[in-house]
Amino acid sequence: MTAPFDLNDDSVVVVIGTGAGGGVLSNELAQKGVSVVALEAGGRYLPEDYINDEWESFGQLAWVDPRTTSGDWRVAKDFSGLPAWIVKAVGGTTTHWAGASLRIQDHEWKALTNYGAVEGASLLDWPIDGAEMAPWYEKAETKLGVTRTGDRAGLPGNNNFKVFEKGAKALGYQEVHTGRMAINSAEYDGRLACQQTGFCFQGCKWGAKWSAAYTDIPAGEATGNLEVRENAHVARILHDDSGKVTGVEYFDKDGNLQMQKARIVCVAGNSFESPRLLLNSASNMFPNGLANSSDQVGRNYMRHMTGSVYAVFDKPVRMWRGTTMAGIVQDEARHDPSRGFVGGYELETLSLGLPFMAAFLNPGGWGRSFTTALDSYENMAGMWIVGEDMPQATNRVTLNADVKDQHGLPVANVHFSDHPNDIAMRNHAYKQGTAIYEAVGATRTFPTPPYPSTHNLGTNRMSENPEDGVVNKWGQTHDIANLFVSDGSQFTTGAAENPTLTIVALAIRQADHIASEMAAGAI
Amino acid sequence: MTKIERTGLTRRALLARTAAAGTLCVTGAGFIAAPDAAWAMEVSVISEHQMATLLQLARDIYPHDRVADQYYAVAMKGYDSEDRRALVEEGVAALDAAAQKAGHPDYLSMGWEEDRVNILLQQEDSAFFQTVRGGLVTGLYNQKDVWPIFGYEGESFSKGGYIERGFDDIDWL
Repeated sequence: MTAPFDLNDDSVVVVIGTGAGGGVLSNELAQKGVSVVALEAGGRYLPEDYINDEWESFGQLAWVDPRTTSGDWRVAKDFSGLPAWIVKAVGGTTTHWAGASLRIQDHEWKALTNYGAVEGASLLDWPIDGAEMAPWYEKAETKLGVTRTGDRAGLPGNNNFKVFEKGAKALGYQEVHTGRMAINSAEYDGRLACQQTGFCFQGCKWGAKWSAAYTDIPAGEATGNLEVRENAHVARILHDDSGKVTGVEYFDKDGNLQMQKARIVCVAGNSFESPRLLLNSASNMFPNGLANSSDQVGRNYMRHMTGSVYAVFDKPVRMWRGTTMAGIVQDEARHDPSRGFVGGYELETLSLGLPFMAAFLNPGGWGRSFTTALDSYENMAGMWIVGEDMPQATNRVTLNADVKDQHGLPVANVHFSDHPNDIAMRNHAYKQGTAIYEAVGATRTFPTPPYPSTHNLGTNRMSENPEDGVVNKWGQTHDIANLFVSDGSQFTTGAAENPTLTIVALAIRQADHIASEMAAGAI
Repeated sequence: MTKIERTGLTRRALLARTAAAGTLCVTGAGFIAAPDAAWAMEVSVISEHQMATLLQLARDIYPHDRVADQYYAVAMKGYDSEDRRALVEEGVAALDAAAQKAGHPDYLSMGWEEDRVNILLQQEDSAFFQTVRGGLVTGLYNQKDVWPIFGYEGESFSKGGYIERGFDDIDWL
């Protein structure tokens, strides 16, 4: 049964956001007997509500509150008001994610040490490593039911994967398989096996893909220790004269300002909203925003080096059938500077339906070069590139005081420009992706530019030294002991892997830390 | 076709010829119809010439030879409205002016797509062009009736997904 907590109850932990970070943290704390109020800006949608229609689903789930963009990334030109394709709903972007669940590689935890200083980049080592994270990763993989971990089998490959696999093997790639996915290859945790329906990005109507919306959230609520308030948009985090946070102000579903007291506040609103909230919480005591004595809040925004390669063949592929992200090549994920860049990248199959292909294949494109590509949609195969991008202090989320959201709050401006290392890596990946498809007879290939970001990282980064980042190795802010960051904005560096598994592992670990610190009376 | 040969032809005659070539025709009295009467649409705010030009423009921006005019008409129907009137008047006038400069009576009477595209390339940064192009991305490609022409099957949940319906049926690798 759902616990209702009083607004004046200052014993609760307030978690802002219910995605991979906040949703998991809320449940893990509730399981340990901690009282949690989770504030979610969006509404609640479950598998029966999901819509297998790209634009209609986008209208249902996407975060489309105003944001602005700057910098030389193409997204700022093509989708100037939509820097990210993420979700505003209970469960956050775990509704939308493809399910790829990869551990960060050992060398990536120590990017500065292993890559050396890179000009123009603000590389740093994480204050944690693979050995520290291994048990938490295992818990995360068990929670999510990740295929090819534990004794869980891989998913079967669809048509899009078979084309990709054959090309990759022809090129000599070794690590080619249907991925480690949080999509059930067999019934698991009371959820069905994948029915190869497609539309993974629109919310899995079978519940075969893990999403906090129908796993951790109801599990937490069932303990009686978790109350999820939907359509609750947090405006500001409050603090007392000693500098400790005391609660949050939020707009409820009717647009009325409410104040929830708190013992601890955990921010998990994704890498745009989390720094925005800290910056919007500026006060006389903290004129540059909360937890921002380092001036690092909002900086080092990373979005992964991304891009896609689509290819057309002389015969049908029908890539949309089955799992959206159906396989992976991992050979290029190593660190090998002889390729002309530091860090590495993964190649993962991807498909878009016709409506989104028209929007994303070559945004702004028109004429026969564009339309003949779509004419061959049925014969198309596709892959996504995801690699480590360089953190840069100037790539950052700031407040845009000239643009206000529906609550009158300054919106986030997202500034991003590629680092030369990002460009070198993308060009290498385009070449390899193209070669994969040409090895199986592609008649035409399309190096497709990055979509609005789904992997938003780094804007409240974790650091050993308080001058270098916003949070310590527990996600606790360096400045304020009872203020935590619990989402991907903690990432010190991006690594090459899809970030959700790491966000979940960090959230499980953080819950353990917070509960023991609370029990010890330390916070 | 030379400039001289075109001079003197009425708009109606040109449009009739265009229709004879297989595309839409203006039938007058605020009414546009396909030559084979497969579809028709009324315009009440903008002129038939303007709507006919918009439809040609839509085809020139996203030309799909296997997609019939009726789908483009659905995508463009919203321009027949008061709040779009000024945009359309100005945009079509600019296309016609550019066509005249190139020696044609108007945009619609340019017989070759390549020639029309040359005009569009000069105007692709205009608000008119970008509005029409941007609107078509959803207006055209998000019509469910268009999807089968491209082979796209849309949702499969109602049929139980593809687990038993060919998710891995590729046979030519």
